[in-house]
Amino acid sequence: MHEAYLKNDSIIQVRNLTKKFKDFTAVDDVSFDVRRGEIFAFLGPNGAGKTTTIKMLTTLLQPTSGEMLLDGFDPAREQNEVRRSFGIVFQDPSLDDELTTYENMYFHAVLYKIPKSTRKARIEEMLKFVQLWGRRDDQVKFFSGGMKRRLEIARGLLHLPKILFLDEPTLGLDPQTRNLIWEHIKDLNKKEHITVFLTTHIMEEADRVADKVAIIDHGKIVAQGTPRELKERTGSATLEEAFLTYTGKTIREEEATGLDNMRMASKMWTRKARR
Amino acid sequence: MNAVYILWLRQLKRYFRSKSRIVGALGQPLLFLFALGFGFGPIYQQAGQGDYIQFLVPGIMAMTILFTSMFTGIEIIWDRQFGFLKETLVAPVSRFHIMLGRSLGGATIAIFQGFVVFSISFVAGFKVENWLMAPIAIVFMFLTAMLFTALGTAIASFLEDMQGFQLIMSFLIMPTFFLSGALFPLEGLPGVLTYITMFNPLSYGVDALRGALIGSTHFGFLVDFAALGIGGTILLFIGGYLFSKVQI
Repeated sequence: MHEAYLKNDSIIQVRNLTKKFKDFTAVDDVSFDVRRGEIFAFLGPNGAGKTTTIKMLTTLLQPTSGEMLLDGFDPAREQNEVRRSFGIVFQDPSLDDELTTYENMYFHAVLYKIPKSTRKARIEEMLKFVQLWGRRDDQVKFFSGGMKRRLEIARGLLHLPKILFLDEPTLGLDPQTRNLIWEHIKDLNKKEHITVFLTTHIMEEADRVADKVAIIDHGKIVAQGTPRELKERTGSATLEEAFLTYTGKTIREEEATGLDNMRMASKMWTRKARR
Repeated sequence: MNAVYILWLRQLKRYFRSKSRIVGALGQPLLFLFALGFGFGPIYQQAGQGDYIQFLVPGIMAMTILFTSMFTGIEIIWDRQFGFLKETLVAPVSRFHIMLGRSLGGATIAIFQGFVVFSISFVAGFKVENWLMAPIAIVFMFLTAMLFTALGTAIASFLEDMQGFQLIMSFLIMPTFFLSGALFPLEGLPGVLTYITMFNPLSYGVDALRGALIGSTHFGFLVDFAALGIGGTILLFIGGYLFSKVQI
């Protein structure tokens, strides 16, 4: 445990975090705090640096400079400790389509060393929570986007993480499913006091669920506060207006990378849900 | 070690559930076996070398193993972005264990595929020289499979997307197969080809399979074992190291 950590109740602390890719600065001197038990929304246009920040916090990417602490541990160095303390739902799918619902959960339980004695009960509990227990023996490839998301959330929560990262969890889902997912997340945050770190492009969602919001643009944080504070500061009626005031109305151009092509192929080849 | 087991199990479950992959992966080796086997058979016989099918079957088995294991390794590119592998990269498990489990899974599948080709080859008239030697074939199938899965993993750690796959297919996998002695005897080759085949790990896999199944080797079991064992271990560590450095 680091000393600074003991002095306050922030579960995530980020100071002067910077990530450079060759001559492009994706995240530029970013600092923020997320308090324990808070729902924190990280908002920004495409290519603003949201996912890059999440990747650094979740040990997938090494920062160029700056400091991070996640529940008292440094994601850049104390990877195993950090990995045990969070669950994540990625922007791209990360389930194994050939496996069943139960197998996806079971494999996660083994990787996170959940003891054999509690494994089954815990999987059942989480699958019931996202209403997928009845589909436990079905292969994931037959699921709709919403069902996959729910399963990913259940899996992310299986090992009782203190923090749940959600990178655009409602992307491409219908309003009903989006609503259901946010209800789950709020429910979870209230009952289990899990800290939630999320990104979304739908400002109305962020306004509804987030306790605190940070807006990032061109790799820099341009505003932080409660949704209400941001609206008051900009004299806006909605968070979307406030967001546009801070980030401008120019549409961002991102160059397509090989990864985007793969993403496209993945969407084309993924089978449509049967039910 | 549970992580190693679970990743091994995952590879197997995936494999046995996708029937199209099982059948698809057998198409090429069988085509080679029947077209080349029966096509070149008469010439081979006239040259006084005996039965070409006998000679070819171990080579085609090695080819199956090569293709399947390289594919398992390279599949990582896809898997780390759109699959379960990404899940494992944020799990509190060592990357080396992840890679080891995956490679063992890939090797098991490759050996199974090799067996299927082996079984079908009897239809083409293949005869095992000495069944007591056959278990040795399994050892060498395993060594060959591990070596090429590790090589595939090492390469996949460099590549950002699947675009490079075609390049690897044309400039690495195909030459490895064609220049290994899978299709022709290694005796009396022109100088350059002798050296190329000597530095090609698959040559030793093919040679050992021939030794075990039809009772004739070029290098001898000991050399084969040493080459595959040492080469495989080195590649496993290089692959493991590169994979541990993968950022996404």
